[in-house]
Amino acid sequence: MTQHTRVASTPAGTPTDVTQGSRTRGGIGESTLRPDGTLKVTGEFAYSSDMWHEDMLWGQILRSTVAHAEIVSIDTSEALAQAGVYAVLTYEDLPTEVRNYGLEIQDTPVLANGVVRHHGEPVALVAADHPETARRAAAKIKVEYRELPVVTDEASAVAEDAPLLHPGRDDHHVGHVPHPNIVHRQPIVRGDADAAAARADVVVSGEYTFGMQDQAFLGPESGLAVPAEDGGVDLYVATQWLHSDLRQIAPVLGLPEEKVRMTLSGVGGAFGGREDLSMQIHACLLALRTGKPVKIVYNRFESFFGHVHRHPAKLWYEHGATRDGKLTHMRCRIVLDGGAYASASPAVVGNASSLSVGPYVVDDVDIEAIALYTNNPPCGAMRGFGAVQACFAYEAQMDKLAAALDMDPVALRQLNAMEQGTLLPTGQPVDSPAPVAELLRRVKSRPLPPERQWETTEGADVRALPGGLSNTTHGEGVVRGVGYAVGIKNVGFSEGFDDYSTAKVRMEVVGGEPVATVHTAMAEVGQGGITVHAQIARTELGVTQVTINPADTQVGSAGSTSASRQTYVTGGAVRNSCELVRDKVLEIGRRRFGSYHPAWATAELLLEGGKVVTDGGEVLADLAEVLQDEVVEVEAEWRHRPTEAFDLRTGQGNGHVQYSFAAHRAVVEVDTELGLVKVIELACAQDVGKALNPLSVIGQIQGGTTQGLGVAVMEEIIVDPKTAKVRNPSFTDYLIPTILDTPTIPVDVLELADEHAPYGLRGIGEAPTLSSTPAVLAAIRNATGLELNRTPVRPEHLTGT
Amino acid sequence: MRVNFTVNGRRQEADDVWEGESLLYVLRERLGLPGSKNACEQGECGSCTVRLDGVPVCSCLVAAGQVEGREVVTVEGLADYARQREEGCASGACGGAPGGTSLQDARGWSAQGTDSHTGEGTELAPIQQAFIDAGAVQCGFCTPGLLVAADEMLERNPSPTDEDIREALSGNLCRCTGYEKILDAVRLAAARQERQEEAV
Amino acid sequence: MDFLRPASWEEALAAKAEHPTAVPIAGGTDVMVEINFDHRRPEYLLDLNRIGDLTEWEVGGESVRLGASVPYTAIMESLRTELPGLALASHTVASPQIRNRGGVGGNLGTASPAGDAHPALLAAGAEVEAESVRGSRMIPIDAFYTGVKRNALAPDELIRAVHIRKADGPQQYSKVGTRNAMVIAVCAFGLALHPESRTVRTGIGSAAPTPVRAEAAEDFLNAALEEGGFWESGKIITPSVAKQFAELASGACNPIDDVRGTARYRRHAVGIMARRTLGWTWEQYRGTARTLEGAA
Repeated sequence: MTQHTRVASTPAGTPTDVTQGSRTRGGIGESTLRPDGTLKVTGEFAYSSDMWHEDMLWGQILRSTVAHAEIVSIDTSEALAQAGVYAVLTYEDLPTEVRNYGLEIQDTPVLANGVVRHHGEPVALVAADHPETARRAAAKIKVEYRELPVVTDEASAVAEDAPLLHPGRDDHHVGHVPHPNIVHRQPIVRGDADAAAARADVVVSGEYTFGMQDQAFLGPESGLAVPAEDGGVDLYVATQWLHSDLRQIAPVLGLPEEKVRMTLSGVGGAFGGREDLSMQIHACLLALRTGKPVKIVYNRFESFFGHVHRHPAKLWYEHGATRDGKLTHMRCRIVLDGGAYASASPAVVGNASSLSVGPYVVDDVDIEAIALYTNNPPCGAMRGFGAVQACFAYEAQMDKLAAALDMDPVALRQLNAMEQGTLLPTGQPVDSPAPVAELLRRVKSRPLPPERQWETTEGADVRALPGGLSNTTHGEGVVRGVGYAVGIKNVGFSEGFDDYSTAKVRMEVVGGEPVATVHTAMAEVGQGGITVHAQIARTELGVTQVTINPADTQVGSAGSTSASRQTYVTGGAVRNSCELVRDKVLEIGRRRFGSYHPAWATAELLLEGGKVVTDGGEVLADLAEVLQDEVVEVEAEWRHRPTEAFDLRTGQGNGHVQYSFAAHRAVVEVDTELGLVKVIELACAQDVGKALNPLSVIGQIQGGTTQGLGVAVMEEIIVDPKTAKVRNPSFTDYLIPTILDTPTIPVDVLELADEHAPYGLRGIGEAPTLSSTPAVLAAIRNATGLELNRTPVRPEHLTGT
Repeated sequence: MRVNFTVNGRRQEADDVWEGESLLYVLRERLGLPGSKNACEQGECGSCTVRLDGVPVCSCLVAAGQVEGREVVTVEGLADYARQREEGCASGACGGAPGGTSLQDARGWSAQGTDSHTGEGTELAPIQQAFIDAGAVQCGFCTPGLLVAADEMLERNPSPTDEDIREALSGNLCRCTGYEKILDAVRLAAARQERQEEAV
Repeated sequence: MDFLRPASWEEALAAKAEHPTAVPIAGGTDVMVEINFDHRRPEYLLDLNRIGDLTEWEVGGESVRLGASVPYTAIMESLRTELPGLALASHTVASPQIRNRGGVGGNLGTASPAGDAHPALLAAGAEVEAESVRGSRMIPIDAFYTGVKRNALAPDELIRAVHIRKADGPQQYSKVGTRNAMVIAVCAFGLALHPESRTVRTGIGSAAPTPVRAEAAEDFLNAALEEGGFWESGKIITPSVAKQFAELASGACNPIDDVRGTARYRRHAVGIMARRTLGWTWEQYRGTARTLEGAA
């Protein structure tokens, strides 16, 4: 046993600084390697589930077995009597009057209060000395439910006798929604869709269904809460936004925010699924109750109940066009199922409605998007939210329209593609490059992968065929198809949200070398933000050695690692703080050396290669000489251009700050008899503004593309429409793509600068997830001739069974 | 119950093990070796892959009691394991000449100039270095299992085709990368391995 | 929970006799999932890993005696000639890591209709060697599966080996899953040509409460091949015969709708797989026949 070699005061696995030194310059635009790479390949990187503390307990959550019920009684006595059990908590044990939390609307009970609204809702907590003891005790808690009728779709949500999920709503959306089971509604009306429809030579419409996707990050929800001597708590956790968590956690614990000290542990992926709280409050409650450190680690089953999913959606669309292919109008109605609690539903509605037209020019639109409250699992943030569902539908429509016009589907898209200056349905002009037609041209002009690649001298290589190792075809029934799609995603938080980040940057001399330290609260979830922060610091401060401090709440908020925003916003904050540090360093330089050389006063000065240089390249001083033993430190907030809310009736308003565009071409092979699909190639072209780290950019695009592929052909949380219970909460039945399902993903990166953004960059993480799904669907339609209005496509849909 | 076994070449003893505990739990929670990851605990993701008597297995599906007296290699021991394998070759087992520092050469053949501190000062197995160099690591949660699986495949099959790599890694899910960079990393490790063998 | 670690087969039988509720664990690929997910808390776990001869196999004149714990990887790599259908089935099992641990004994013990080995065993013809302190018996594979996740073992019995008839002709195996690797069968189909007895045998997985043979389809095909003199001539099987065989194979299914697939799809897919595997094996047979003719 090696346990006792660990120190008891700081938990094992407490994040430490990562230092990124450099032999070459390592600034922006280079593919510098991850500073956490070595730790991650040696198994030493401490994820939130790896935390360990002397004398720690294990927390277990008892979750509802039904979707909608009154809780008649809870009897915890038998559980409490178990040896090794330290605490059992229910709603009654919550320490303050604040007992709900939520990202925007505080509608989510920490523990169920007399009613459960979805399958898997937390009802009680147990802390025990071993996970098995905790599980056995949780199983001994007796909960008596009186089941209530379930709300599962729009019809049951707005029916006359519909049970209200949240009676007595007082949130800021309740005033403008047509029914209290609708979280938020956003109409957008621009031009005159009826009049424009009269001009259309061709009108196509369709109803589309988007299934419930799970983020399926590999690192399950987990963390460690350590009670502190001052009555507060130290929480080590994997999250996307420390300060948002903090704002929700502290009031429930009855603690001031400064007594809840949060540190980001290693995050095993996020994709939106860690934007809401999971085990954070529960672990803190148990730690404060027992006076002992408490660790909670969900298993995969619980993880499916422990975070929100992507909103499933029903989308009705109508497009019209003139004979020559010009779009006349678009009408749509998007119904998103938000499940039992609001989570990010309002923002999802905002994105879905404002981006519902896609990257096309349409002047006359009539749009409505709503999100429902139902008894289905709560849905919220997932990569590309709102825009993903819309893109699936409008791209299907574009293909349908092209077929009706007998036009090439890419040519139709290019004819109607938006450009810089195009007005969105919200009336907002797109004020940076929008190379939509060019992206399509690039994916289309790629040579197609060779046909029948499965054929070898020794017969068919089944690994290259639909069905793969399952040996279902040796080429029989296999038909190739090609499909295209393009999408638009907003970057950053929209609709008037004060979207800012904070960076603390320090510069000092260590061992004769100038060293920069960057401290932010940005959640590194795998995307590579810390790599980029070091690059920015090197570029701006001319140092080689940069230390990235662990993210925690000792520094101001960085905002969320979501909405493709961190490189833009926290990257922007790091650059801004570096510039402020540079100014101070130069001030010191002028103080010390200004009288020796006139350039200190007259020239534009830069920090490069550890020296102060003039813009003409003349070296004025070593940074080490300038700084000597002074430490320069700046903590500053930085925000992107303000946005404004959409008008609640017309949807007009400058709601977004930036857009990201990607296009895909999918090549698939479909076993048309068995309905099995193999994606052969999924080429992507994306405008990234400026690739701060090209290797990471490509990694993001390929990863996002693959998540889009997953929801095209296999990924779906299946909820029983009668009981609202989840039927496949496991990796046995919720399938994500393996390496044998994932094709080659050639990536073509465009860098057209957005002059409003730091370095001209664009947020890139989400756009590839949008167009990947409809491209695959289009390719399957092309291969089979089927309409396929639903994703994911199942073998049943392809075989009519 | 008590379980005695060897992990990364060291004898280990775990006490008070609950009979239903997995090898994964014992490694992570009792032996201070959390490198093997707990992503699904149902054998559907491969992130807990270790070598049990040389064979890659999901440690979440091995009952702790089943490893009594056996040998386990985890990601934490991968660099040592690779070094010993290499030394085995160097001493003649693979017919090569003794000595040779061509691993350095191989490392020098990196896709991009390494400008970061990454990889410096830590002895890494070639497959570990290749994962860093190729950008195959994002969140990193799948990485330990992939490394153990990929290293074992390259041991068996030093010149794999892409389909061979895909098949060998088809039991390891990754949610971040889309697998392209993982394929790059394995190809890179195989190429470096080949260069090294040509060199000796 | 108690963890029993018998060092020998005899000790294992004695332990099972003493604790008939003991759950045998070998590869752990079923049992540990149930324990990790709190679906099962057996009183006793009976570890079979220390019994070396369970991972051994012997190739005899008529059959292969396959130890219950021979991992799927070994079957794939070492028994492709003798047990081609089972080797193909083994290759579809879960992932490389699982194939390194799991064996046919586990599939039989669990007796899930989705077990990948079953259709191949049914098609090849096999007997399960079950043993207890009371003695040893051979259970024909056709009598082994008694219900959903139920088998013919007595509470005190353990599976020691499976005796599988060596292939006397081509065998094939197909499985439908909604992913190209690491997937549980939506349905599966195994087919073996037995030129010596001039019969065809089949096995269907995941399309009925238990693994089953498509007996009506076999009977029809056996008669059609015999009447048409196909075995001698090696001529191409008439499309109408293949079609009817496929329809009868579909008809042998008694599937359910579940999250993995609909009953209708399963019936449909079994028909397709039946037709394709018949085509592949028959092509192989004709190839062999022609070669033999040529050699003669």
